Amino acid sequence: MSGSSAVSAGSDHAEPVIPWRSSPAVRVGLSLGIATGLYGISFGALSIAAGLTFWQTQALSALMFTGGSQFAFIGVLSGGGGGAAALGAASLLGVRNTVYGMTMNALLRPQSWRKLIAAQITIDESNAAASAQPTFLERKRGFWVAGVSVFLLWNLFTAVGALLGDAVGDPGQWGLDGAAVAAFLGLLWPRLREREPLAVAVVCGVVTAICIPLVPSGIPVLVAAVVALTWGLIGARSARKKARS
Amino acid sequence: MSMWFWVLGAAAIAYVTKLVGYLVPDAVLDHPLVPRLAGLVTAGLLASLVVMNTFASGTALVLDARVGALIVAGIALWLRAPFLAVVILGALTAALLRWAGWAA
Repeated sequence: MSGSSAVSAGSDHAEPVIPWRSSPAVRVGLSLGIATGLYGISFGALSIAAGLTFWQTQALSALMFTGGSQFAFIGVLSGGGGGAAALGAASLLGVRNTVYGMTMNALLRPQSWRKLIAAQITIDESNAAASAQPTFLERKRGFWVAGVSVFLLWNLFTAVGALLGDAVGDPGQWGLDGAAVAAFLGLLWPRLREREPLAVAVVCGVVTAICIPLVPSGIPVLVAAVVALTWGLIGARSARKKARS
Repeated sequence: MSMWFWVLGAAAIAYVTKLVGYLVPDAVLDHPLVPRLAGLVTAGLLASLVVMNTFASGTALVLDARVGALIVAGIALWLRAPFLAVVILGALTAALLRWAGWAA
C-alpha cells in the first residue's frame, strides 16, 4: 500500500499503472463488498419482520440500493408508520448520495451511459473506496470494484436474510426488533465523532421521543429531519455573521 | 395505496437523488451548505430511528427488551465491534431478556 502510493505521489499525468492484481483500490473495494454484503442478511431478515414480502425486500436492495435508506424505510414500517412516511424518511436519508454523486462525477468523469450505471452504485462504500485512492486509475477501480461487489453481495445476502426471516416466524422471539435497534445505532455511531452531528443526534432523539405519543406513527422521524435541517441552516447563518463581524 | 407503490416510488427517488449529483453543474452543489445539511440530516434521522425503534410501540412510549439491546449494542460499538457482530448481539440480548422473562 505505502509502496504504491509513494510511486504515484507525483503529478497526475505520469501515473504508474499498477497491475489489477496488486492494486490496493481493488483490494479495498472487494473487502468493502464482503463486509457490507454480509449485513444484507440483517436487512433481509428485518425487512420481512417489518411486514414486507420477499420480492418487495429484494426490490429495495436491487433498485433503491442504499443501505441507510433501506433500513429507514423498513424502520418506519416496523415502528408502525405507513408507506408514505417510509418513503419520506428513506428519501431524506438518500440526500447524501447527491453529494457523493457530485464528488464522483468530478473525480472520475464517467461519460454518457456510464453515468447512468455509476449513479446506481453511488453509495457510502464506493465513494469511500474511490476517495481514499491517490491516482485517477486507482480511484476509478476503487469506485467500480466496491460498487459492483457491494451490489452483488448485498443482493445475494438480502435474499438469504429474507428467507431466514420468513422461516423464523415471530420476530420478537428471536430478538429481531433488538437487531433493528442495534443496526440503527451502528449506522449512527461513526457520525458521532464530531461535536455538531452529535448535538443534532441528541436533539433529534429527544424530539422523536416527545413526538411519539403526540403524532401518528412515522411522523416523528420527519419532524426530526426538519429539526436537523433547521439547525443546519441557522448554524450556517450565524457562522457567516460571525465571520463578517 | 399498495405497499408496492411506496417501495418502487422510494426506489425511483433514491436513483434520481444519486443521478442528480452527476448532472447538476458543480457550482450549485459546491455550495458549502449542501454537504453540511446532508451530514446533519443523516445524523438526525438515524438518531430518530434509533429512538423510534427502541421506545415506540405504536404511538406509546414503552420500556421493553429493546432497551437492553440498545445498551449492549452501544457497549459493543464502544469496544469497536464490527457492524454485523453489533446487530447479532442486539438480537441475542432482546431474545435472551424475553426468554428469561426479564422483559417484555
